[in-house]
Amino acid sequence: MPHSFFCFLVISLIFLATHGIAAPNTLEVVKKRGVLHCGVSQGLAGFSAPDSKNSWSGIDVDLCRAVAVAVLGDGTKVKYRPLSAKERFTALQTGEIDLLSRNTSWTLVRDASLGLDFPAVLYYDGQGFMVSKKAGVKAVTELAGATICTQTGTTTELNIADFFRAKNMKYKLVVFEKNDEVVAAYEAGRCDVLSADQSGLYASRTKLKQPADHMVLSEVISKEPLGPAVRHGDNQWADIVRWTLFALLEAEELGLTSQNIDGELKTSKNPGVRRFLGAEGEVGKDLGLRPDWALSIVKQVGSYGEVFERNLGEATPLKIARGMNALWNKGGLHYPMPVR
Amino acid sequence: MTLAKSENLVPWLRKNLLKTPLDWIITAIIVGLCLWILPGLWNWLVWDATFVGMNRSDCTGEGACWPFVWSRMGQFMVGFYPEHERWRLALLPLWPLFFVLGALLFRGSWPRRFGVLTGGVLGFPLFGWVILKGGRWGLAAVDTAEWGGLLLTLFISLCGIFWSLPLGIILALGRRSKKPFVNKVSVAFIELWRGVPLVTILFFSSVMIPLFLPKEMDVDKLLRAVIGVTLFASAYMAEVVRAGLNGVARGQYEAAYSLGLGWVRTMMLVVLPQALKMSIPGIVNTFIGLFKDTSLVLVIGMFDLMGMIQAASTDSQWLGCTYEGYFFAGVVYWVFCFSMSQTSLRLEARLQRNHAASM
Amino acid sequence: MSQSQPHIRRPRKVSWVSIWLQVLLLAIILAGFYVGGQNALENLQRQSIASGFGFWDRTAGFGITQHLIPYGESSTYGDAFWVALLNTLLVAILGIIGGSVGGVLIGLAAFSQNLLVRLLGRVYIEVIRNIPLLLQLFFWYFGVLRSLPSPRESYSLGGVIYLNIRGLSIPTYSFRGGGWSVPQLEGFNFTGGLVILPELVALVLTLSLYSAAFIGEIIRGGILAVSRGQWEAALALGLTRFQTLRLVVIPQARSVILPPLTSQYLNTTKNTSLAAAIAYPDLVLIFAGTVLMQTGQAVEVMLLTMAVYLGLSLLIALSLWLLQKRWATHDLG
Repeated sequence: MPHSFFCFLVISLIFLATHGIAAPNTLEVVKKRGVLHCGVSQGLAGFSAPDSKNSWSGIDVDLCRAVAVAVLGDGTKVKYRPLSAKERFTALQTGEIDLLSRNTSWTLVRDASLGLDFPAVLYYDGQGFMVSKKAGVKAVTELAGATICTQTGTTTELNIADFFRAKNMKYKLVVFEKNDEVVAAYEAGRCDVLSADQSGLYASRTKLKQPADHMVLSEVISKEPLGPAVRHGDNQWADIVRWTLFALLEAEELGLTSQNIDGELKTSKNPGVRRFLGAEGEVGKDLGLRPDWALSIVKQVGSYGEVFERNLGEATPLKIARGMNALWNKGGLHYPMPVR
Repeated sequence: MTLAKSENLVPWLRKNLLKTPLDWIITAIIVGLCLWILPGLWNWLVWDATFVGMNRSDCTGEGACWPFVWSRMGQFMVGFYPEHERWRLALLPLWPLFFVLGALLFRGSWPRRFGVLTGGVLGFPLFGWVILKGGRWGLAAVDTAEWGGLLLTLFISLCGIFWSLPLGIILALGRRSKKPFVNKVSVAFIELWRGVPLVTILFFSSVMIPLFLPKEMDVDKLLRAVIGVTLFASAYMAEVVRAGLNGVARGQYEAAYSLGLGWVRTMMLVVLPQALKMSIPGIVNTFIGLFKDTSLVLVIGMFDLMGMIQAASTDSQWLGCTYEGYFFAGVVYWVFCFSMSQTSLRLEARLQRNHAASM
Repeated sequence: MSQSQPHIRRPRKVSWVSIWLQVLLLAIILAGFYVGGQNALENLQRQSIASGFGFWDRTAGFGITQHLIPYGESSTYGDAFWVALLNTLLVAILGIIGGSVGGVLIGLAAFSQNLLVRLLGRVYIEVIRNIPLLLQLFFWYFGVLRSLPSPRESYSLGGVIYLNIRGLSIPTYSFRGGGWSVPQLEGFNFTGGLVILPELVALVLTLSLYSAAFIGEIIRGGILAVSRGQWEAALALGLTRFQTLRLVVIPQARSVILPPLTSQYLNTTKNTSLAAAIAYPDLVLIFAGTVLMQTGQAVEVMLLTMAVYLGLSLLIALSLWLLQKRWATHDLG
């Protein structure tokens, strides 16, 4: 009896082993599957959060949709995998997801030793602090001796250690696995300060009972370039993600939106616009995509400006200003590479 | 102990509550504790609680905010399982019904009945998988990421228990085997799985198993968690079954061998039926443990009953309703586990009676 | 059983069939390991993920709130591992002690003359045993947190011991410096002395309460296993109830109690891994969490973590087995 079982086990193992050796590229896998597997957060308002019907929204989610549009032509063909900070890189490494779009900071160690590639930056952020207004804290340097709540598996822990050590200030760190638990502990008074990327702080503040009683300090202690990540070594796939992101930015720079794009396609004489929309040249083909890839992205998802305003802007509870995230010609840092 | 007549009250009190001075003190403390805790609990649960409302602001009282639980009840039960597909859940009882009928049909023929029952038990999770997942038999596909709530809790624990039983039997036989290598492997397997926490197993199965598989092999995340839980439970099951096997008298083997039965038939027809019968309480206890432990899948980002409640309590419409959610989860778990443990006690008593009668 | 019935039909050829089957089993297991390992290596190499334990001596660069041995931001990942392991051991030991004490009380409650005590013991067992540990942990953690005041409004005992939401601050005596360090409110929090974290308290409390229910049942079962006649004989000899328990019942019950008690201790040890859910810096949160994240070497970190738990389990099982053996020889002599 046991033997036949083990026999079955070994045969199936051998079968699995001989089954696949060659590493197919991600583009082919996604096309064949017909669905993009996109790793997102477990719920961070403005970036990726499910509503009560389990439909996802946020700027990270919109990037997933844009990539799905570019590759499959349909922004709904995405399967979202909510991942904890701890799970996220392993999920990408093991092929469970094709794209990690989960407010992830681009750092040297991650880029060089975790088997990841960061195609581009979606959102420029920095680590900040949220405190209760009652504490009367105005500047980061007044935080000596504070107890700080944060989420594990992030760059946050390291930044805090560096910053407080450099300033020779004492601190206590309480780390949780989930952002919701961090917020709950902060709300309960377990810590004086909540630390995360500033955008995340604004999002977490909306989850407090009395958001108006808490403030996000304006100073930041680190650079946090948040962006998508893909597996190292699949350059074609990295290119697709990079240029999908640039397409969102380029659309804004060219003044295209999901509203005016059909008209522009017919009337525009601007060669840049015509090339971008696939009316001239073959930039889509060079990426291994359809000629109208950028057109469909803008049509279904919108330009970067629209995406930002929809998820993070003044009309949302987060009320985040464009700041660093404006285009380069408007005083920001976003600089899409030339589409030609 | 029962209070039959009122005139017996004083001696009854004296005997049961107030025998010695120490008893006076203990009784006073316990009564005091009850008077302190119970009214507060009652007020929170019922008296000051709000039962109807649309969102948090309707809950004005000091007590619990139950509309939170009502409004999310569907999700607590089945997660994000699409509403127009929920009728499929009604199909699930068909399977056990079918097999109970089969077992009745083969009454008197133990091996066939055994076969039918085994098939029924092992096949049930598969049947559930096909029905719930869809994608064949004309059913629309429902991704396992959309399963959740109590449905997910039950699915994982039922798969775990049904599949760990045969595995556990094999392991228990292996551990009792005189073949040195088979024995060592079984012992190693059992102790290995019993020695590590379920959390690490779940993390391993959800995140790392794909690393050990060829690249394009995509095993469903839920399935991987189920495999992890099953292997974990099988190690415990093996020990339960082993205890049952130890309880089968040696004369039973000898009688079976002297009738000319081989090892397989001796085990299948004589030893295992008796051993399993004796292990039933242990099996039920393992199941209770497993049922509670499935709450750990929330650590790997699955929304079982606990996970669903946690997720729902961060909804901005219902901020601060965490305790209501936890209370509800506690009641559901308690009802399931308590009724199972009572069943197990009753079975145990009956088995003991039967055993005594047959001696 | 094979020795006991030589005359009964036992196929002779069984020996080499059995050898063959075992060889096959060995081959299968080796093949499984080989294939899995090969796949993992290939997957890791293709994505140029680092492997091995080279990270062990690198600077970790993050802080840990509770460390029983010296630890700072400039310590290595290896140091972080030891700190986390000690934190896990601390909780496991405290949980086992608390659970045992509680368990004895609960177990004995079942034999109390007082009806209310018996009833309370029963209700306690039935409530605690049938609710998931994780749920109880959340309940106690956030329950403990909510009921405690902020540092400025701390409960104080004689101006040296303070209790607030950040933990219990107690004075410490330094043998090297030869002086007392008394906690003082300074800015946000108390400095000086020693702080016992609320996470630690909640975790130890939950684990103790939970395992007390199981241990109580084990002890009740053990005492019941000693036949009634023993009780009656002892009482008839003029021993008090307590003496009977100590001299007659417990020596007989303990051999029944020990095996299930061992597995309960193992469970408590493994259950400490839930610490990660409430931010207690144990092995899972720090090592299989932060270190795993910062290094990205999931395979090495997870395998080591599991090996540590396995080692702890085997250690506990071994020591209780030795105890049982000693009792056995003791009883005979």
